Amino acid sequence: MTLDDILVSLFPDGHEVRNDDGIIAGAATLRSGGKMLVIGVANRTALGVDEAIRLSGLVLESIGRDSGPILVLVDSDSQRMSKRDELLGLNEFLAHLAKVLIHADMHGRPTIGLLYGHSAAGALLATGLATRVLVGLPGAEPAVMDLPSMAKVTKLSMAALVEKAKSTPVFAPGLSNLEQMGAVHMTWSDSRPLAEQLEALLADMPVVQDRRGALGKERGGRLKAADIAERVRDLALQTR
Amino acid sequence: MTAPIEDVTPAERARGTSFYEASARTRLELLLDAGSLIEFIGPEQREVSPHLETFDLPEQFDDGIVVGHGRLDGTPVFVAAQEGRFMGGAFGEVHGAKLTGLLHAARQIGSIPVLILFDTGGVRLQEANAGELAIAEIMRAMIEARAAGVKVIGLIGGRSGCYGGGGLIAGCCSALAVSEPGRIAVSGPEVIETNRGVEEFDSRDRALVWRTMGGKHRRLLGAADIFAEDTVQDFREAALELLGLLGPVGTFGLDRLKAEHERLADRLRRFGACEDAIDIWTAEGVAHAATVPELPADQFIALANRIGRTSRDAR
Repeated sequence: MTLDDILVSLFPDGHEVRNDDGIIAGAATLRSGGKMLVIGVANRTALGVDEAIRLSGLVLESIGRDSGPILVLVDSDSQRMSKRDELLGLNEFLAHLAKVLIHADMHGRPTIGLLYGHSAAGALLATGLATRVLVGLPGAEPAVMDLPSMAKVTKLSMAALVEKAKSTPVFAPGLSNLEQMGAVHMTWSDSRPLAEQLEALLADMPVVQDRRGALGKERGGRLKAADIAERVRDLALQTR
Repeated sequence: MTAPIEDVTPAERARGTSFYEASARTRLELLLDAGSLIEFIGPEQREVSPHLETFDLPEQFDDGIVVGHGRLDGTPVFVAAQEGRFMGGAFGEVHGAKLTGLLHAARQIGSIPVLILFDTGGVRLQEANAGELAIAEIMRAMIEARAAGVKVIGLIGGRSGCYGGGGLIAGCCSALAVSEPGRIAVSGPEVIETNRGVEEFDSRDRALVWRTMGGKHRRLLGAADIFAEDTVQDFREAALELLGLLGPVGTFGLDRLKAEHERLADRLRRFGACEDAIDIWTAEGVAHAATVPELPADQFIALANRIGRTSRDAR
């Protein structure tokens, strides 16, 4: 689905969402009549310092106004890989965006990520993975790193990686693999109106609590993470 | 004459031990009060990565991270130390989950600070999806802990630096101390060069790497509040100083985020057109900016303090 198709299907009652050079910003009306703040990255744009400061600004400006839950649409490249971005402290800008989203979510502005295209690495951490519920659309292509780059770093052949990718969801790119890990909470259908699916999610939003460890365990993608975290927490609570 | 080993005090050993060269366990042993470390899920439990075997790679019994409880000048602290010599200190499923669990406990207690000794290249690619998600969970857990009043201090001076998702986690800490060889960035030099070409970034130009990502630049920008010398003792003193500077109560919240936004927006306005770190330092009013990389620590610290950029009230 294109961004325009997605917006029409999500908000049949109208929206004022613009795509300005790959930065998505605006407001939309929900079926319930309420408002929703819509931000995001489009056109497979890389997330650099300039993009991150704009997005975090949009969220910060909306706090205290009655602008509703926050939807983060994602079709991005990875973080912008450049000398300038690193020189200026890209890690702080991406962390800032994630912090602003998490803060909003913890304070009455539930966040939903909608991964409809590509995303990778630091860009995914600062956007979709910083929301309470990350939803995938069929055709989305998240990747921590593409297989050719991974072959270079891991010194394994492409053939070997492609073979392993079939049986090993833990490292291979793809929406279903991230879903199995617990990173993507659910995948919506593109043959039903998205508005219905959005309303259903908003009506039944999970509580503000990171459930991704439990989801990963249930789905068999991360069998150890939740238990290890719980054991460390319990041991730490005993030592005080 | 070298003193017999039993006459060397822990502080002298810490003073004589390079943070950069030391292992994660040695760093913790010398950073904390002697004998105070209690480790959670130590190597004797052999909780190894369930994924490395698929790639015929050796496992490590602690999966490259030590988490526990200790004391710093008598004050209780939670600690996590990454071992940069195992898989580049990268975040995998087990490695990351240990830090997530530690932060969950810190949030529940509220009053015990967390020290993180970063030494990481970022996500462990052999378990990339689990590692990426672990980083997302750590960031969430850290923000929740800070919102509950927990101070989280990052110490950065290891071989693997603090790259990839590690850089984002560092960006979520309450304050950072960094040494000259500590590097903080998202994309590593080789990654930029591979993706954008050698004209964009020559990863073999070590001077370029240090001045773009290294501790001195991060301190001058105000990304780190303290510049530490490369000894474990200096990092211990930096951690103590930051615990004091951060005050009795954590005040993470909307005001902090607005202040951070202004701090970062101001940085873009001032330095957004600079092409090199030397241009930024010159714009900051540093005379002979090109000599900053050679400045000895004491002179550099004096310079950084004179410029006076900090971020602990705006992050």
